[in-house]
Amino acid sequence: MEVLLVLIVLAVVLLVGSVGAISIGRRRARRAPYLEPPARRPAEAPRPSAQPVAEPAPAVVAPEARYTTEPAEPVPDAEPAVIEPRPRFRDRLGKARSQFAGYVGSVLSRSAIDAETWDELEEALILADVGVGTTTEILDGLRARVKSDGIKTPQELVVALKADLIGALSDADRSLHVEPGATNVWLFVGVNGVGKTTTIGKVGQRFSEEGRPVTMAAADTFRAAAAEQLELWSRRVGADLVRGSEGGDPGAVVFDAVQRAKAKGSTLVLADTAGRLHTKVNLMEELKKVRRVAEREPGKVTEVLLVIDATTGQNGLVQAKEFGEAVAVTGVVLTKLDGTAKGGIALAIERELGVPIKLVGLGETAHDLVDFEPHEFIDALFEA
Amino acid sequence: MFDSLSDRFDAIFTRLRGRGRLSDDDVDEVLREIRVALLEADVNLTVVREFVRRIKEQCVGADLSQSLSPAQQVIKIVHQELQNILGGDTLRITYASHPPTVVLLAGLQGSGKTTTAAKLAKWFRQQGRHPLLVGADLQRPAAVEQLRILGQQASVSVFSENTDPVAVAAAALAEARRVGRDVLIVDTAGRLSIDADLMEEVRQISGAVSPHYTFLVIDAMTGQDAVQTAQAFHSTLALDGVILTKLDGDARGGAALSVKEVVGKPIAFASVGEKLEDFDVFHPDRMASRILGMGDVMTLIEKAEQVYDADVAADTANKLMEGRLTFEDFLEQMQALKKMGPLQNIIGMLPGVPKELKNVQIEDSEVARIEAIIRSMTPAEREDPSVINGSRRTRIATGSGVSSSEVNNLLKQFKEMQKMMKGFGGKAMVRKAKGNKKKKGGRVTARATGA
Repeated sequence: MEVLLVLIVLAVVLLVGSVGAISIGRRRARRAPYLEPPARRPAEAPRPSAQPVAEPAPAVVAPEARYTTEPAEPVPDAEPAVIEPRPRFRDRLGKARSQFAGYVGSVLSRSAIDAETWDELEEALILADVGVGTTTEILDGLRARVKSDGIKTPQELVVALKADLIGALSDADRSLHVEPGATNVWLFVGVNGVGKTTTIGKVGQRFSEEGRPVTMAAADTFRAAAAEQLELWSRRVGADLVRGSEGGDPGAVVFDAVQRAKAKGSTLVLADTAGRLHTKVNLMEELKKVRRVAEREPGKVTEVLLVIDATTGQNGLVQAKEFGEAVAVTGVVLTKLDGTAKGGIALAIERELGVPIKLVGLGETAHDLVDFEPHEFIDALFEA
Repeated sequence: MFDSLSDRFDAIFTRLRGRGRLSDDDVDEVLREIRVALLEADVNLTVVREFVRRIKEQCVGADLSQSLSPAQQVIKIVHQELQNILGGDTLRITYASHPPTVVLLAGLQGSGKTTTAAKLAKWFRQQGRHPLLVGADLQRPAAVEQLRILGQQASVSVFSENTDPVAVAAAALAEARRVGRDVLIVDTAGRLSIDADLMEEVRQISGAVSPHYTFLVIDAMTGQDAVQTAQAFHSTLALDGVILTKLDGDARGGAALSVKEVVGKPIAFASVGEKLEDFDVFHPDRMASRILGMGDVMTLIEKAEQVYDADVAADTANKLMEGRLTFEDFLEQMQALKKMGPLQNIIGMLPGVPKELKNVQIEDSEVARIEAIIRSMTPAEREDPSVINGSRRTRIATGSGVSSSEVNNLLKQFKEMQKMMKGFGGKAMVRKAKGNKKKKGGRVTARATGA
């Protein structure tokens, strides 16, 4: 035990020391050259394992049809589409907002602004996963406003807080970019189990309903049956799907998808990636490579969407930072907001890192993935 | 990203140094820090409040120990209390007298139920049991397919039918009896705790198989919401324990504490990696250190054991300390370290590392460059760098695509390191000689193999 520890310490010291010695005067631009070649491989030889599965290919899915997953969802899928074109935050957050709104109600019922009022607001924000740091900033800003604007009643205070929160969210560019003429690639990244594949399915549905079919790239070659999951989605929404072999090279899948999209005249490739924890160096390197490959002609990465589960706590901030540094995240998709979680971490991410929330998942069906509207979101949160 | 709790305490207590006793105000300030640290670790606010209250009681009533500084003392109390909560009673699986022993997994979408089911199956197999996996998640596209593939990897058969989840579970139970499997692991669809229909469904599944163990699968990254989720599942299913997943990230995992406190059931297992074998029973003491952001030496050692061979490690350590380190050894060390994850994380797990070192940013590309330089050396040069002359240096530089001054820098630094290590080694040996009279070599090897 001791030996190992000593060894690690020494090795760390050695490494830190020599990196320090070497890196002086070096610029990042000149990277170790041998890191690059792998990215070139798909260009030279598109891997035979990556096979387009546009037409129904029953053989791939369930050789042994003791079950099928199809019937579970299409039925509810179709229904709300007719009745309710776009779910509103207020309806879907309904069950979740009670706690936050409860605090606000309690603040409103007070006759004056006192220490307890501030405590309650703090608790409300922390319980919504906004985080201690961001909460303190928000409330400090509010305190300053109370002084400068002469806010006296709790009612005015709540109105001011609401305005602050909306204000903090309002000037971001939340549009999803599609560049005309190019083969756009939207990369979906995130840790395991946040809902990347499902989100792609829903985005795909949205586009195909607008009459703009997309190509889906099943570049999650790691998780068992991830490609099958996306394939079922692609059939449901009538999208083209390119998949590779399990354990294959995700870069190759994306490359093939871009080529195929180009050939078929599709302007958008939705690329699924395997969930990965941001602490895994190799996996983050792999993701960087996928992005590099996606940028190859004629591909153009116009969105890198970080999918975050609304139940995520303070670790979400670290995730956003790490993924941002690795693949330059352009927006956040906040999923599973229809549960009891409030997704306050997305607020912290947008505030601290400037990555805008672009899409929000409010339910199971494809129509429940909606554009993020700060006004509506905050309003829904506050209403009792 | 976060300061560890001990760093914060250090800051407070530096101000208070020299005082023998803490005033109430001092205690309050310390408690505030504890509160923030726990909240940043995603422990639920209500749980934090109760926790801080208990700590306060103990701090006020505590005898001031002579050997510990007030800071250490408070940390000790907090650590102890965390451990008490997390590990009151560790779950011991007892097998049903009439097999199969039924295990039901439930949780939110994306918490990792399917993967956990396979990992659990593998774990039971290692215990000498014969599990059967049940795919009762008929909701998520390809969920059963995923379970089938994972089951294959774990060499455990998977049962599923295209009926409804309750029927599948019931049929699976009959099947397990028929083929004589002694453990039945039921994977269910992810569901929100507020979805009344789906909660009713999982209650029916539970009714159909009457599980001996019902586990809630919870993501270690979960925030404040963990409590509400756990409560809802507990009231529907009467949980027996919790399985914590994705603990291999850098989330502090405060959710574990919240759930334990609210539901009162132990955290039975923890999943610490993507491979099926990265799964084991839960260690509460380590979790306590982790939540507090203190060094996690045990995990570090375990990680090290996975990548280092014990004998080789002892050998290398001796070599290091005697200053006989070669570039070959250095390269090996670098490889091993790389396997253990990001350097920053490893440094984070070391206790008592100075802040300056913790904040060093190391680019992977820089490490790669060093590797390239060493790999461009001949074995003889790696063994004895002093043979490297001007022309050899130019060759190495060309081979690794760096300038020869960089090669020079590395050589110079390496020499310095060798000297430093010798100094280290000398001191360490003196200390050892003082500490115990046993002969050095034998002890080191024994420890290393025993570790």
